[in-house]
Parts: sequence; structure tokens; C-alpha cells
Amino acid sequence: MSDNHGHHKEPFITKYVFSQDHKMISKQFLITGIIMAVVGTVMAALFRMQLAWPGEGFAIVNFFLGDKWAPGGVISPDMYLGLVTIHGTIMVFWLLTAGLSGTFANLLIPLQIGARDMASGFLNMLSYWFFFLATIVLCSSLFVASGPASGGWTVYPPLSALPQAIPGSGLGMDLWLGAISFFIVGALLGGLNYIVTVINLRTKGMTMMRLPLTVWALLLTAILGVLSFPVLFAAALLLIFDRTFGTAFYLSDIYIGGEAISATGGSPILYEHLFWFLGHPEVYIIILPALGLASEIISVNSRKPIFGYRAMVVSMLAIAGLSFIVWGHHMFITGMNPFVGAVFTFTTLLIAIPSAVKVFNYLFTLWKGNLMLTPALMFCIAMVSTFITGGLTGIILADNALDINLHDTYFVVAHFHIVMGLSAVLAMFGGVYHWFPKLYGRMMNKTWGYVHFWTTFICAYGVFFPQHFIGLAGVPRRYYSNTAFPMFDDFVDLNILITFFAIGGTLSQGIFLINFFYSMFKGEKAPQNPWKSNTLEWTTPVEHVHGNWHGALPEVHRWAYDYSKPGYDEDFVMQTTPLKEGELDGGKSADH
Amino acid sequence: MIELLYFIALILVVAVVVQVARVYELVLVLKGGGSRDVVVSEPEGKWNGILYVLYGLAFFGAYAWLYLNYSQFFLPVAASEHGIEIDKLLDFNFAMINIVFVITIMMLFYFPIKYHYRKGRKALWYPNNHKAELILTIIPTIAMAFVIVWGLKTWNNIFSEPAENAIKIELYARQFDWTARYAGQDGRLGDFNYRLIGGMNALGLKPDDAKVQDDVMVKAEFHLPVNRAVDFAFRSQEVIHSAYMPHFRAQMNCVPGMTTRFNFVPNKTTAEMREITGDPEFNFILLCNKICGVAHYNMQMKIIVESQEDFDAWLEGQQTVQEQGIFAEAQADGKTSGEQVLLAAVK
Repeated sequence: MSDNHGHHKEPFITKYVFSQDHKMISKQFLITGIIMAVVGTVMAALFRMQLAWPGEGFAIVNFFLGDKWAPGGVISPDMYLGLVTIHGTIMVFWLLTAGLSGTFANLLIPLQIGARDMASGFLNMLSYWFFFLATIVLCSSLFVASGPASGGWTVYPPLSALPQAIPGSGLGMDLWLGAISFFIVGALLGGLNYIVTVINLRTKGMTMMRLPLTVWALLLTAILGVLSFPVLFAAALLLIFDRTFGTAFYLSDIYIGGEAISATGGSPILYEHLFWFLGHPEVYIIILPALGLASEIISVNSRKPIFGYRAMVVSMLAIAGLSFIVWGHHMFITGMNPFVGAVFTFTTLLIAIPSAVKVFNYLFTLWKGNLMLTPALMFCIAMVSTFITGGLTGIILADNALDINLHDTYFVVAHFHIVMGLSAVLAMFGGVYHWFPKLYGRMMNKTWGYVHFWTTFICAYGVFFPQHFIGLAGVPRRYYSNTAFPMFDDFVDLNILITFFAIGGTLSQGIFLINFFYSMFKGEKAPQNPWKSNTLEWTTPVEHVHGNWHGALPEVHRWAYDYSKPGYDEDFVMQTTPLKEGELDGGKSADH
Repeated sequence: MIELLYFIALILVVAVVVQVARVYELVLVLKGGGSRDVVVSEPEGKWNGILYVLYGLAFFGAYAWLYLNYSQFFLPVAASEHGIEIDKLLDFNFAMINIVFVITIMMLFYFPIKYHYRKGRKALWYPNNHKAELILTIIPTIAMAFVIVWGLKTWNNIFSEPAENAIKIELYARQFDWTARYAGQDGRLGDFNYRLIGGMNALGLKPDDAKVQDDVMVKAEFHLPVNRAVDFAFRSQEVIHSAYMPHFRAQMNCVPGMTTRFNFVPNKTTAEMREITGDPEFNFILLCNKICGVAHYNMQMKIIVESQEDFDAWLEGQQTVQEQGIFAEAQADGKTSGEQVLLAAVK
């Protein structure tokens, strides 16, 4: 009676709240991620206003921050740093780690490998609820009297360790550390689950080299997370000790607030090493899923096999491996041994090679395709462009000799926002447009998708591209205003322009939000396989059922990328279609 | 009131866009382009392809506009020997990445109009091409090898030992100002201990250390002789700061609990630089480039580079630590040696 399975009435609490169904957990991550993204984006718009019109009051700033943090509508320097810090934290961890991986690993891993659910539905549920707890704690830190953490998203001690150093290092910092600790627990539970699921629960015929690149990317992301997040956990724990129990892991020889602190023998550089041991793999935890989504969306909508599947897998493996031995490039000017700096430059520049391979493969995939320019593909083409733009400036910043002068300037801000922020956000949008029918059984409005895409893409480069120019003039990041230096006055106009784009980009996300929530309830009903895609998720019923497939699990006979294959009338061949007599799999064709 | 008007205007704009979009969709359906069996109609593909081309033109146009209008504000020519080398390397890097950037972005923004969906066309079955893949792996590898070797050579030169006659200066950072300390007559910087900080002794110098007495401490502005190596030591009082001297392409973090180092040779005087930039107000600056607290954005010091004679005269005119009498408070309390003060602090 498998047909009745879907109609089985489940109590609200286990269906929508404490659900163990990966599809529901995926939606929970997505919605939480979206809400946090709105918070993080509005914060950015607010501090951009201060940068464009330093010291000018705005009613809207006062509306959001109140008289305490924005007297007369001017953000206080404390709150400015708080906004910068929490914006970074939210975007890096909440949106682009949990929001991105949490949504798409949960949705796509079981559906694309042909599994009924995650290996452990219970741990998967816990993963979300730890994340939820982290979210509550982080948000609550916005309302404490001394303000939220404000030492930058990297929260380097001693600034973050000493409440005397900055008001945000009081209770706000405790809550930040608590939030990040819960976050890490959630990320680990999720990550372990994803790994085990991919390794053990692939359906019959789904060999590793038949996996869609999304699954490869999400698997490698999970492995990176499981290996690196515990190191951040240790770093956070030691920082909690230094703050609360008087230890001196990161502190030494400090005189502050009129007294010499007794702690000696520690080193803040230790924290930086631990932080970036996560922090660098973290940027690949963000970008790999984005590349995975883009690979799938570009191939499906170009109606072409992904070019060089094996090269794509190998380059992702190379990126993942290298990402563990490059963290020192964030620390070239901390006084590290110059030889060590040289090693980190070497390893970092090596990453350019697999990254270049990926870009070339995307271009080859689009070349001579029959491009279905859906909003999803539009976003992914844009994503390849930001990956190129930001990746190329990475070559400059990886060079330690050049980093001496560019470190912590707006050039860095431009670089990482474009290569990691924009790329991941654009691919995530692409992913949402593409898999929305799978998530909610309805289609998003396409026209509004285009409007959203073009406004977003224009504003995205409008905000970040000019920042390269500001950085090359030596303007440092995290400055409350640039008015203290006459040499920075040349960029007043440009800063205003950037802020206009930032506000425009923020408003244009309203289009997405309306489209998203409207389509969720009123969108056109989705057909079984709206994009004529080969992968298994489109063989499941449109209405979600527990266990994903009625009856037996599908069996896989071929790789995921048989698009426009010679010998077939249709321009796609589902993975469940058996190979014909003499037909070769994996992009090999008989006549080659 | 004006906010209300803005709000109403915004709503009207949104309403107009909504209506235009509706009409557009209806027209598509009437034209038969909105049929349900394809996910994107031909006109939709065409228009978005055209928009991508326009976007590409605007994108490169904006790049050119930014370059024409704002590259004049880039940091002027480096005022240090190693800075010249850094700029050469940077120029090469920019040339290289701009070539790749323009070619790949142009292809990317051209493909949508060239290859957008057309009825009855089939995409090319092209899953791989090992030769192309090999070439496209080897080219970046060679480019990277070249950049790595050149970069590391530059880096090693920058971090080599300073010349024998280098002038020793300590840059001391605290929330939110800088102090520069010169080694003085003996060419050696005196010892310090953070527990001795207090009163006028802001750097925690040891009262009984002979090397300390002739040191010279200055705030707000410090001077350097041109064409002579400067051996900087950096310290911090409480949090991490970063001593950034952009015109010299020099930067090093100031980390509490340790001393970091950087050395360079300034090769242009302030006067020369004013001529080069055409700005009579030009000054070299030191600024903080690591988030350090609420006034991080205004933690600066002026740097004057001048001839050796002018520099000597300036330094001669500054008071030494002894002359400043920064240990007076400690001595009044009968604490004349560093050890005594330390003991008092521990008690």
C-alpha cells in the first residue's frame, strides 16, 4: 500500500518542526538561512551608508538601530564595528555554510544518490536544531547592553579577549562564542551524516564516478568541515578559557585600562593559526557546493554533458586537499618566519591551477550548447564570471610580497566578496531557482526571476568592482570613516556610488523574497521533470513522500551527463535508462 | 513627509514594473513563445542573451571609466627601494590577469546570445578533449611557476637582513596612537617590561638600563633619513595593531607579547614626493591596518623623509628619555631600578 504512504497523517510537530525527513530539514535550513541573510544584508546597507555619508544622520538608520546605537541617525563607531562583525559572521557561517550546505546537501544527497533518507535522520534533525540554537544565541547578542561582538568576524584576541579593549568584547563576545560553538556541533553532525550517506547509501549502479558533481562537491565540503571545524572549536574553547578562567593561551604582556594584566606566555598568533586552519578550508566549504550546483545547472541547461567530468572531480579533490595547507597566507605580515611565508605562497598559488581548470571546463560546457537561459543558468553564468574576477585577484593576494601592501585593504574586501561571497550567493540563487520545484512542488515565476537576476547582478559588481580601486589607493578595511586621511577624500564620490548599488542590491532581494514565498503557495504546479534533467531527484513524486520513492529504489545505469547524446531522440537520457547494446558510459562514445 | 512621498513613489515604480511584466508575459503567450513544453522560449533566450552582451559592454565600459577616473588616486610611485620591486611584480601580475580576465569574461558574456535555445537545434555532444584539457592545465601551471619564482625572490629580498648602518627605530602601538623610539647615540634600543608601563613611562622602559637613557621618543610625527636602511621593531601595548606605511609598501603587525621586524630603505624625500605627486600638502603616513577598537580609523602618524643632515639636526633637537624625565614618578617613590618596580607591581 505504498500509495497510502504519502497521505499518512503526521502530527504537525514531527512533520514541520522536529522533522527527521531530509527534505523538510533542507527547507528549515533554507528558510533560516534566508532570514539570516536578510539581517546580514540590511546590516551591510546600514554600514555602507555611514561609509558614503560619514556623520550624516538618517531616519532609517535610527529606525533600525535606535537612539543608543545611532543617535540622530548616525551609527556609533562601536555599532559600526559590531555590524561589520556580525555581517561577516552571518554571511560566512549562517548563510554560506549552513544555509548553502545545509539546504542542498540535505535536499540533493539522498535524492541524487537514490537513498530514502540520510543515514541518521535523528542526527540530521539535531544538526538543524543545534544550528537553530546557534541562531537564537547570535541574534540575542544583538540586544545586549554592551553591544554584539565587534572585533571583526575573525575575532582576533586580545581585542576579543578583553572587555576593556572594546565594548563588544563583553557579553556580546560570550554570546558570539556560544553561538559559534553550537554552530560547530550542528555542522559536525550534519557533515558526518552527509559523508556516511554518500559512502554507504548509494543506490544500485551509482558508482562514485557516476555521481553528479553536486554530490561530489557536497561530499568534499562535508569532509573539509569535519576535519577543520573541530580546530575552530578548540580555538573558541581556549578563547572562552582566556576570557573566563584567567588562562593565557593567547595573552601576554598586556597593559590595558591602567593596569598590567598578569597573564603572560600566550600568543595571539596561536589563535590566528587555529582560526585560519578552519578559516581557509572554510572558504572552500563555501565555494565547493557553489561550484557543484553550478556544474549541474550549467550542464543541464546547456543541454550538454559537463566538459571533463573526471578533470572536474580531480580538480575538486586537489582544491580540497590544498585548502588545508594554505591557511598561513592570511598571516604573511604577522611576523611569521619568512621561509614559512614562502611555503604558503607556493601552496596557495598552486590552487590557481585546479581553479583555472574548472573555469575552462565551464566555458567548454557552455560552448556550442543549446542554452536554456533559465534564471538558474543566468545566475550560474554570472557565478562563473565572479569566480573568474575574484579568482584572478587571488593570484595577486597569494603572493606574499604583494600582500605586504594590499593586506587588509579594500582590495582584499573586493577580492573575497567577489570570489567567495558573490560566487556562492549567485550559485545559491541559481540552486534555489533550479530546485524550487523539487523543494515545494511549484515553479517560481520566471519573469521575476530575470528581474531579480539582472538587478542583483548589476548591483553585485557595482558594489564590489570599484572597491579594487579604493584598495589600490591603500584604504584600509574596517574603518568607521575615511575622513581622517586627506588622501582618501578622492574616493568620496565612488563610495557614494557603491552605497547606491548596495542599497539597490538590498532592495532587489525583495523581488526574490516575494517571488519565493508567493510561489511557495501560489506558484504554477511543477511538472515531474521541469528542466528535463537526468538525475534521480526528478524521478521522485512531485508531492513529497517519506522515503522519497514509492516502491523500489531506482537503479542507475549511466553517469549523470548524457545530454544531447548521439543516438537518442530526446536531448537527455535519465540515469535510470539502461545502456543500449554497445553503448559506452561516462562520456565515452563508441565512435571515438 | 518626504519619506512618505519616497515610499509612495517606490510603490508606484513597483506597480509599473509589475504591470509591464504582466503585459510582457501575455505577449509571449500570444506569440506562442510561452508554450509550456520548453522551459525558456526563444525570445526570452534572445533577450537575455542581448542583455548579457549589453551587460558585458557596460561592464568593460565601467572598468575603463573607473581606470580613467580613479587610477590617478592609486598610491604614487613607491618611496622605498623594495617598493619599486613590489610594484614591478604587481604590474606584471595585473597585465597577466587582465588578459585572462578580458578573454574569459568576453567569451562568457557572448555565449548566451550565440548559443541560446533555438527550436530544433541540438547541442554538441562534447564530453571531453584530453588534449585541450592538458594544454589548459599546463598553461596556468607555467604561469604560476613563473609568478611563484619571481614573487618568492622579491619576498626573500625584502626579508633579508638590513644594512650594517641601519637606523634602529621602534614603533610602539597602543589604543589609539603611535610612538616612535629611536635608539639614540649608542645605536641600541633600551630594554622594556610591560609591568613598568605607567605615568609618563608609556612604553615600559627600564629606568636602570643604560641603553634606555639616550633613546628618543616622539609622537605624531617621526623622521627618516633618505637612502639609509631603517630597521623597524614593532610592539603593541594591548591588542594587535598593524603598522601600515602604504607609500613605502611596508606593513607589519604589532603583536602584544612579541617584537616583529621589518626593514626598508626610503629612497625619496618628502619634498621629492611632493614634487612627484604635484601635491604641496603631501605627507607620508603610518596608519593602523588591523582592527583595534573604536578609534581604529584614526590612528596615524606623519612620516617625514629628509636628507641625512636635516635628519641629524631634527634628532638633535629632540629630548632624550633622560631629558624628558619619564622615570620621575618612579624615582620619587624610591624605585630606581626596574627590578624594584617589578617587585612592587607583583605585590
